[in-house]
Amino acid sequence: MMRRLIPLGLFILLVIMLGIGLTRDPHKVPSPLIGKPMPAFELPALNDPDRQLSLADLRGRVVLVNVFASWCVACREEHPLLVDLASSGKATIIGIAYKDEREAAQQYLRRFGDPYALIIHDHQGKLGLDLGVYGVPETYVLDRQGIIRYKQIGPFTEAVLRDTILPLVRKLEGGSS
Amino acid sequence: MRNMPLLLLLALMGITQVVQANDAPLDFDTPQQQQRYKHLIQELRCLVCQNETLADSSADLAQDLRLEVYQQIMSGKDDKAIIGYLTDRYGDFVLFRPPLKTSTWLLWFGPFALLLLGLLILYRILRHAPPPPRAELSDDEKTRLHELLPKQDGRS
Repeated sequence: MMRRLIPLGLFILLVIMLGIGLTRDPHKVPSPLIGKPMPAFELPALNDPDRQLSLADLRGRVVLVNVFASWCVACREEHPLLVDLASSGKATIIGIAYKDEREAAQQYLRRFGDPYALIIHDHQGKLGLDLGVYGVPETYVLDRQGIIRYKQIGPFTEAVLRDTILPLVRKLEGGSS
Repeated sequence: MRNMPLLLLLALMGITQVVQANDAPLDFDTPQQQQRYKHLIQELRCLVCQNETLADSSADLAQDLRLEVYQQIMSGKDDKAIIGYLTDRYGDFVLFRPPLKTSTWLLWFGPFALLLLGLLILYRILRHAPPPPRAELSDDEKTRLHELLPKQDGRS
């Protein structure tokens, strides 16, 4: 009797494996940067080209770093959430204008709202390369020391914000720095 | 000049420029550098069009990464350093062929293990299969057989 159950057992195992494997999204490539520091950079601020920004401007507080571009259609999906988040005061958001022209990025923000405390102008995309950006929008959560704790690939939703990002931000803020 | 075609081929191979779909033609100092470039961009994956190599993809990111690979080759970095640079930022998935690590054993050996398992099961089934039933003729059938077959020297 037991022997007859072996094929059934193997089949169930196969179903479970496929169920897990096929429902994963291969586009969500796990980032090797989790737990590593935010890469160093020296880039101008979008709204003040004479001002050079660097890691020092990010450290000292828990921040969300949001990579966006005016040419990125998917970015518009999450942008209202970002604007709401910024005005609620629940998180500080730093923007990286990725491979974008200054005027185009500024126009985008005038049109859709500006949730950013600071905006780094990564015109060449070098910072994006260092961050392993491959599909905007992407959002990183950094702790006070500038260590990357989480990476969101693609636009985030209300649910992700509520269930993953904000609790993480609270945890990083509440813990010892 | 029977060797003209061969000579022409060699001459063409000697040209050290590489042209890729939407890139500006690249200049290399040595054929080795060109070879390395071509090899590397075929070993690396385009993360946007994930089933294409950096060589084949026309995505913006692929263009950027090809340029990065080119610049690093020209600045003297070896292949290992360039690959390390990209996997540090993008993870192992940027390699078209997954590396052989403990975490990828299942990926590499799994199919062979499954094949082996399948063959084992097949073997056991065949071994324990009951022998095919012997065809026994009934008495009537034996009589008919005698009538149909010509008698051969005492055989029945």
